[in-house]
Amino acid sequence: MIDRSFIGHTLPAFDVRVEAGRLRFFAKATGQTDPLYVDEDAARAAGLPGLLVPPTFLFCLEMDAPDPAAIRNLLGMDYRKLLHGEQQFTYHAPAHAGDTLRFEQRIEDIYDKKGGALEFVVRRTQVHNQRDARVAELRTVTVLRNA
Amino acid sequence: MTSTTSHTPRFDSLQVGDTLPTLQLEPVSRLMLALYCGASGDHNPIHVDIDFARSAGRADVFAHGMLSMAWLGRLLTNWVPPSALRSYGVRFAAITHVGDRVRCEGRVTEKLEVGGERRVRLELSTVDQDGQVKLTGDAVVALP
Repeated sequence: MIDRSFIGHTLPAFDVRVEAGRLRFFAKATGQTDPLYVDEDAARAAGLPGLLVPPTFLFCLEMDAPDPAAIRNLLGMDYRKLLHGEQQFTYHAPAHAGDTLRFEQRIEDIYDKKGGALEFVVRRTQVHNQRDARVAELRTVTVLRNA
Repeated sequence: MTSTTSHTPRFDSLQVGDTLPTLQLEPVSRLMLALYCGASGDHNPIHVDIDFARSAGRADVFAHGMLSMAWLGRLLTNWVPPSALRSYGVRFAAITHVGDRVRCEGRVTEKLEVGGERRVRLELSTVDQDGQVKLTGDAVVALP
């Protein structure tokens, strides 16, 4: 069983720079053709400071942490047994290529179901930009299958 | 987002039960999964390396849940400007397999006003060619 004393644990904050090339690659991989996500001229013409970060890409940026396995290792979870259970985003301000975003992760809850066969880790991540404006909040539920 | 403003649905003209234009995807291919692996930064081999997938007890690799969530995100931002999105969440209910033909659907479930802003709540899902639901979710968007 995952050690429940990690509930409330906060991880060291980290910064991630949003790169235009990566956004274009993500748009290609997800079939996104809207020019706001792929064409810098079109984004600027629409009044944006750079290519727009699409709604789910904040999760990818969070995975660009210096150690993306930090929580997994901290909690001793084998990633062969992990599934992504839920993902939520709350949006406060848009993010664009050129921004540097700060991610602050906290383990909000750990619980189990089916007599411990399934364990759930709930993580909440606050995202701010380089002007310290709130960009978004992410809530991620990871499922560990112990059966 | 001036490029999309003229197509934005209006709060007054929407009713609970109205549906969003459906987004039908091409069948999930291994190339799609490889591209999403690289672009997303999710390098979990279970989505791209069949040897690893088998060692984890799976018959084959399977799609990243977040790839389907990105497709559902396209459904949303095809309908409203990206800046209109207030919240968006999904539950990954079933695994999306190679070859699945995923369809993204959305429906208005509530009209509400928050802090003077007019919003609608949407119910979202992805379903495969057999009608099996893979992702369920909801979103709240602001409307003029």
